Amino acid sequence: MTHLDGNALAGPLSEVFRDDMTTALGRCASCGDVSVLAEALVYDAAPGWAVRCHACGDVLMTFVRTLDRLRIDMRGLTALEIPS
Amino acid sequence: MTFRDWLVGTVVSTTMQTPTAKSIVLDVPGWKGSAAGQHVDVRLTAEDGYQAVRAYSLASTGPGDRVELAVDLIEDGEVSPYLVGELREGDQLEFRGPLGRWFVWKPGDTQPVQLVAGGSGVVPLLAMARAHAASGSEAKFRLLYSVRTPAEVFYADELASLAGPNFEVTFVYTRQTPPGWPHPAGRVSREILGSATIPAAENPAVFVCGPTGFVESVADWLVELGHNALAVKTERFGGN
Repeated sequence: MTHLDGNALAGPLSEVFRDDMTTALGRCASCGDVSVLAEALVYDAAPGWAVRCHACGDVLMTFVRTLDRLRIDMRGLTALEIPS
Repeated sequence: MTFRDWLVGTVVSTTMQTPTAKSIVLDVPGWKGSAAGQHVDVRLTAEDGYQAVRAYSLASTGPGDRVELAVDLIEDGEVSPYLVGELREGDQLEFRGPLGRWFVWKPGDTQPVQLVAGGSGVVPLLAMARAHAASGSEAKFRLLYSVRTPAEVFYADELASLAGPNFEVTFVYTRQTPPGWPHPAGRVSREILGSATIPAAENPAVFVCGPTGFVESVADWLVELGHNALAVKTERFGGN
């Protein structure tokens, strides 16, 4: 299975954020690209996902879901801007 | 009820859309409707508690208690074999949604709209065409639909009935054409995109949905043809 895109994050991120995050702008820590999360590339890495910048390919964030927790690492995002 | 809660719908009807794909209509009391292009996450739970979640586009749009999805079989998938092969009227299905506010067309948008579908990627684009027709929108709509064979066209009758002065549908058959078709079977190319879609000069909003490789080729070509990358919205569903 090849990668998906950030549209697929709408459900998982709804567990953490109040607003829809596919329209949120994220800034890549590696290349500085600012794009909506819908455009990010999403790689299945069961039991989680790696979310990569569509411009440079570096990791923006990772999710890991275990039986009792959801762990989100956002080291590759230096800003998130959520439309209100 | 918020979009993050898991809901339960009851299957009202199912229809085989192609030899491997099924549309499923669910009754969901309290459903507040969806925008055209949104999706849901469907969750299956095995007897041992193992859960699998997959995203499926909604064919339905607007208000009402009915939710319609269409699912194409992935032979070695964890969720689609059950949905296509087993699920039947009266069964219950767990899901959350409507999800996603980016890959969405709103009836108030007046600019021209070019839809580009690869295979089952037509489902959210059909929702947009339905919303376009239901709203009486006069925005120019055009669909370029790449599909392997005539038998694999989703919602063929409905697409034919929706087509009209404000909604033009063009098929590209990649494996087998209908008898007498003027073009040989073949994949969408930059040349076909250039001749069978709304030109960049008209500043259309473009929605591309399909297998990842298809979507990325089409999106790159559209930008080469002069479309603003920000006006080309994409949704990839993976695949080979």
